[in-house]
Amino acid sequence: MRLEPRPAPSLARTLGFTALAIAGAVIFSSILVMLAGANPLTVFWLVLKGAAGTQFAILETLTRATPLIFTGLAVAVAFRARLWNIGAEAQLYIGAVMTVVLGTGALTIPSFGLIPIIMVAAMLAGALVLLGPAVLKTRFGVDEVVTTLLLNFIVILFVSLLLEGPLKDPMGLGWPQSKRIIAEAKLPRIITGKRLHYGFVLAIVSAGIVWFIMKKTVLGYEMRAVGHNAEAARFAGIPVNRVIAKTALISGGLAALAGFSEVAGLKGNLTLDLSPGYGYTGIVVAMLAMLNPLGVVLAAIFVADIFVGADAMSRAANVPSYIAQVMVASSLLTMVTAMMLMRYRIRWR
Amino acid sequence: MDEGNGAKAEEVLRLSGITKRFGNLTANNAISLTLARGEVVALLGENGAGKTTLMNILFGHYTADEGTIEVFGKPLAAGDPRAALDAGVGMVHQHFTLAEQMSVLDNITLGTQSIWRPFLDRKTARERISKLAADYGLSVDPDKQITELSVGERQRVEILKALYRDARVLILDEPTAVLTPMEVDALFHTLKKLVADGLSVIFISHKLHEVMAVCDRVVVLRSGTVAGARDIGQTDTHDLAQLMVGSELPKDEVTPAKPGKVLFAMERASTKAEGGAGLKEITLELRAGEITGLAGISGNGQAALAAAIAGTLPLTSGAIRIHGETMSGWNPRKALASKLGRIPEDRHATGMIGDMSVAENVISEAYPTRRFSHYGIIDWAAAADFAKKIIADYDVKCPSENARVRLLSGGNMQKLILGRALDGDPDVILASQPTRGLDVGAVAYVHKKLIEARDRGAAILLISEDLDEIQSLSDRIVVMSEGRLSAPSARGERSQRELGILMAGHGMQQGLDAGSDTHAA
Repeated sequence: MRLEPRPAPSLARTLGFTALAIAGAVIFSSILVMLAGANPLTVFWLVLKGAAGTQFAILETLTRATPLIFTGLAVAVAFRARLWNIGAEAQLYIGAVMTVVLGTGALTIPSFGLIPIIMVAAMLAGALVLLGPAVLKTRFGVDEVVTTLLLNFIVILFVSLLLEGPLKDPMGLGWPQSKRIIAEAKLPRIITGKRLHYGFVLAIVSAGIVWFIMKKTVLGYEMRAVGHNAEAARFAGIPVNRVIAKTALISGGLAALAGFSEVAGLKGNLTLDLSPGYGYTGIVVAMLAMLNPLGVVLAAIFVADIFVGADAMSRAANVPSYIAQVMVASSLLTMVTAMMLMRYRIRWR
Repeated sequence: MDEGNGAKAEEVLRLSGITKRFGNLTANNAISLTLARGEVVALLGENGAGKTTLMNILFGHYTADEGTIEVFGKPLAAGDPRAALDAGVGMVHQHFTLAEQMSVLDNITLGTQSIWRPFLDRKTARERISKLAADYGLSVDPDKQITELSVGERQRVEILKALYRDARVLILDEPTAVLTPMEVDALFHTLKKLVADGLSVIFISHKLHEVMAVCDRVVVLRSGTVAGARDIGQTDTHDLAQLMVGSELPKDEVTPAKPGKVLFAMERASTKAEGGAGLKEITLELRAGEITGLAGISGNGQAALAAAIAGTLPLTSGAIRIHGETMSGWNPRKALASKLGRIPEDRHATGMIGDMSVAENVISEAYPTRRFSHYGIIDWAAAADFAKKIIADYDVKCPSENARVRLLSGGNMQKLILGRALDGDPDVILASQPTRGLDVGAVAYVHKKLIEARDRGAAILLISEDLDEIQSLSDRIVVMSEGRLSAPSARGERSQRELGILMAGHGMQQGLDAGSDTHAA
């Protein structure tokens, strides 16, 4: 068996293989659903209904998609420049820490001043968390997969330390949680009384900005050049190390916005269960989107859809909600396979 | 049957009506070829003429759409890579397929042992190898590791590998590309012994005088068809070149140079090793209106020199001067700002970014200038215009400026690089292996452009492993060996043989201490 590269994939082929990938994931999940003793059609219908069947379900899906858009963008930007940022989880938590540090009363100014200040501070903190591994990579050749991955554990334990110490809410009945942020630091809800907040709008705008950076700017051009062929980029005079550092700052900043938006828009305080692995799921989202910033929005909604829908389905069909993890994982695998098939043709010999 | 009685000799290989299509492209169109016992047949053709496809079909990597292959009168199973080997056809690839960390003996015997007999009878193997080596003049120490061998020795190992597997038909793909003139002579000597023993050889090449020197017959391929076949006695290089190109061969018009002042100089420059030897205190001057040719066997420091000039490899000591001014912190940006145009050795790895478009690639050096960007935003319209201009001026064949560069042929990629490097009339031009792997037409085009640049006053350094190219284009020649440079010689001052002696490491700038050790690190 050999792989022969194809010319640039047409739109029809791209869409066709994407559809095949989804079909493959559905078939694979169906088998598992049947093993769990339920009817796949019922289960998929319940997932869909649970994720998009009612206004509440749709808003819940979009709420869940918001942090995934941020982490998905963070990963997409980094991967485009071949900076393997596996540490979006750490950057997310650092963003959340900055939000509670500044948002719980340290600064008391009106919202239109406070929220941007917190945002910038959170982004800076997240950016710095990724800058370390990026500099280690460019200076000493340290593998950033290892450093960013391990930083996740360091940062989460650090947050745990903060929540047991300096950031612990004195009124929290002993729970490891921070004080609640003040009203001026809160991102308003889009519809009063519902959970969907302006963090979602911020996420969409961010996706647009990232798309613009990648497509139109000098920096985006440099990042893509470095990602596709660092040696040729260096030869052409592109400052490869500096580009990687800038990529790290953008990527870390985007991931930190996920933490900011979760605390300021949804939770109101910081706990250790702020993120059920949004940083890691961001990798799935970015890969499903083929690293396209606008695709990240769709992919994040798709993944959120499955997670939200699976919760509802689990209650109705008595199939464990872990099936959501399987569905997301199998769609990633089929999508990655489909991406390869879009670019290569298999010759059987 | 008797060998050597001309046309009546036993036929060992017959390809009949081989046709292979890839989509719309017919790579091989009804190609027929026969090879007799004890015969050397040259397969001549430009890049893309179909030589490689034909050999891939013979070796079962592709299946022909039409046509049959017979080896020693028996049909060869299609699409089975082992079939050709088992039938006694061996191939020596241009890029060697040796396990570098293993010994010569292990490399030769690798894969010949049945898995049921895991322990090699080293004594018998060694005796066989020694006998083959002695019979055919392929001297090489079976216990040396491949990394210790020179390129010429590695090629001998490849040939021994084929002979050890009882090959009766040997296919040599561009075998002289990496050899010094003396090594070429030795190879030809070996080939004569092989055919005298009744082996048959297919000699794939584009060097006409070599074909004339060793072959009995020539088959010329052009765009997938047999353009002609000749007995060597009834043809000459001019005739073959015309068959190969299909029209009058474009000839390099080299007028005498009018050298001016020194535009670029390196003084006692040293570097770390890169792609072979590093530079060892070399001094080099490039004058306006002059092409300086740098000859040498690959791996002797050419890569380090090119990288040092291009700005990707910092000097560990010594200086670079532009217009007499010492440059500090030399890097690609400084090189470009000093009007230095660079044609890199490896189009795919360093020259172009395959997964980006033509337009994105042609601006990769000049994108920070006001021409292609304003306030950090790329002017894609200007980039597209520039790409279209290069495509038109340099006759680049590509679907559009938005096509991915990966889809372009080597020649067209090189034209893009030329267009990018020569844009803005650079004062100094570094041309590193600018014609490697290109077809005759593209080679002539690159040469023409370089001479044009010279005549308008550019100082050019031409690095090439092709001595013919160096000798025909260069106004001055220096030879590199183990990171050192020879004294320069004027056009025609040294013969090819004398250059060969320098290439082997005798008579370098820093005295003769390099000795006779010709191994590339």
